[in-house]
Amino acid sequence: MIYSDKVISHFKKPHNQGVLKNASTVGEVGNPSCGDVMKIYLKIENNIIKDVKFETLGCAAAIAVSSVLTDMVKGKSIDDALKITRKQIVDDLGGLPEPKIHCSMLGIEALHEAIKKYEKK
Amino acid sequence: MKKNKKVSVYLDHSATTPTDERVIKAMLPYFSEKFGNYSSIHSLGREAYFAVDDARKKIASFLNCNSEEIIFTSGSTESNNLALKGVAKYFLEKNKNIHIITTRVEHDAILEPCRELEKQGVRVTYLPVLKNGAVDIAELEKAITDETVLVSVMYVNNEVGIINDLARIGKIIKKANHKIYFHSDATQAINFLDCDSQELNLDLVSISGHKIYGPKGVGALYIKKGTPIKAIQTGGHQERNIRSGTMNVPAIVGFGKAIELAKKEQEKNNKKIAKLRDYFADKVIKEIPDIIVNTDFNNSVSSHANFCFVGAEGEAILMSLDLEGIFVSTGSACASGNLDPSHVLLAMGIPKEIAHSSIRFTFGKHNTKAEADYVLSVLPGIIEKLREYNPLYNKSNSN
Repeated sequence: MIYSDKVISHFKKPHNQGVLKNASTVGEVGNPSCGDVMKIYLKIENNIIKDVKFETLGCAAAIAVSSVLTDMVKGKSIDDALKITRKQIVDDLGGLPEPKIHCSMLGIEALHEAIKKYEKK
Repeated sequence: MKKNKKVSVYLDHSATTPTDERVIKAMLPYFSEKFGNYSSIHSLGREAYFAVDDARKKIASFLNCNSEEIIFTSGSTESNNLALKGVAKYFLEKNKNIHIITTRVEHDAILEPCRELEKQGVRVTYLPVLKNGAVDIAELEKAITDETVLVSVMYVNNEVGIINDLARIGKIIKKANHKIYFHSDATQAINFLDCDSQELNLDLVSISGHKIYGPKGVGALYIKKGTPIKAIQTGGHQERNIRSGTMNVPAIVGFGKAIELAKKEQEKNNKKIAKLRDYFADKVIKEIPDIIVNTDFNNSVSSHANFCFVGAEGEAILMSLDLEGIFVSTGSACASGNLDPSHVLLAMGIPKEIAHSSIRFTFGKHNTKAEADYVLSVLPGIIEKLREYNPLYNKSNSN
């Protein structure tokens, strides 16, 4: 199982890691008994994701996915953010080892969860 | 030790060990100079034959058995497969209902063959373990039935380092029924412990070269004379027809040298490694909060220190250490491609969410105090950083 250089570099210095105070919405998915949990904080203004932060419990792949996903959504409209696919995440990371592909889903699910909660408000 | 790119601290000796230079030196002539086939009758073959015979004697001396009772294999996985499937085959061909007893914390090289045998109608009992990972001997006594033909208990657990009391287990088995054969996967033990097959009442023992500073791809199975066993690999008639395949002469010579050195230097190495491991473990316990110690230091081999760093995921710890030039292993599911974390830690009663945070440090004869200090200088920061990333850990702390 070999990680790409891009995964390693995101893992080494994750972007947008931390807590977003006064976030418009927060999405949390995963389960500690499975070993990974992701929490995404979104600051939304006029349908645009102005700021984003994440907290993740998980392996190097889960942290790299969180980092790259938060980069991708920043500045996007809600509709465009919802269009991000797991394949885009995996491609952006220069690929993920087969057993780690599910980690990319964790990011998408957290994002969707946060937006769903926002739209319900 | 200065922190720079070239730092490399190997603390994964249970995974494999570097081949000792003296072992390499012993092996070298057997590649292109003394390259004969062990089975050839001519003098080049005889040269190989005597070299293998010498290695066989060294291994027999270590296990306190006759050299005819040693079968060379490609390693412990093959030895374990041969022991379990070979003995089962003997009885299954006689259409007997048979029962095998093993433990829940064995290496997959035992557990997988056992699961295969279950599909062939063999009944298998997987014994529970105590909190420290040692087999629950009271449960062993209860598990023995009239159909039990084989008991397989590892000597030392590869993940946490706990030593099983094979002498006592052997006595219990033989007292219950002297026709029950006793196998042990001693792969992780032979570097650190005596392995006297007579004293331990063992009929079958699996061992491997690369865990004792020998080469990879070579191992052996001790099969006590009279033990019923059938070949599972046939064709070349080597090893008394029990294990066909051209003898890997250089590796066997290296294995012989490695076991000779392991025996000779065991006491000295054990002392050195235990001192370093204890120093390291004490510091980790003192300096890093919220950890669980998975190694019972009083009843384990000198190499192991296994911890759960609650709130930090094991693979992420492993990768972070790797970026600092430190090599360890983890029981996290994320590192295995499997959904569950270490079956050993789960059997010891550690909850899944905590077992994902385990890291195994295994020390070896070349490690130094400076290396331990270097690891101690970076480990607390890594754990702190990963805990900071964890949404649940932050929450439980701030509430």
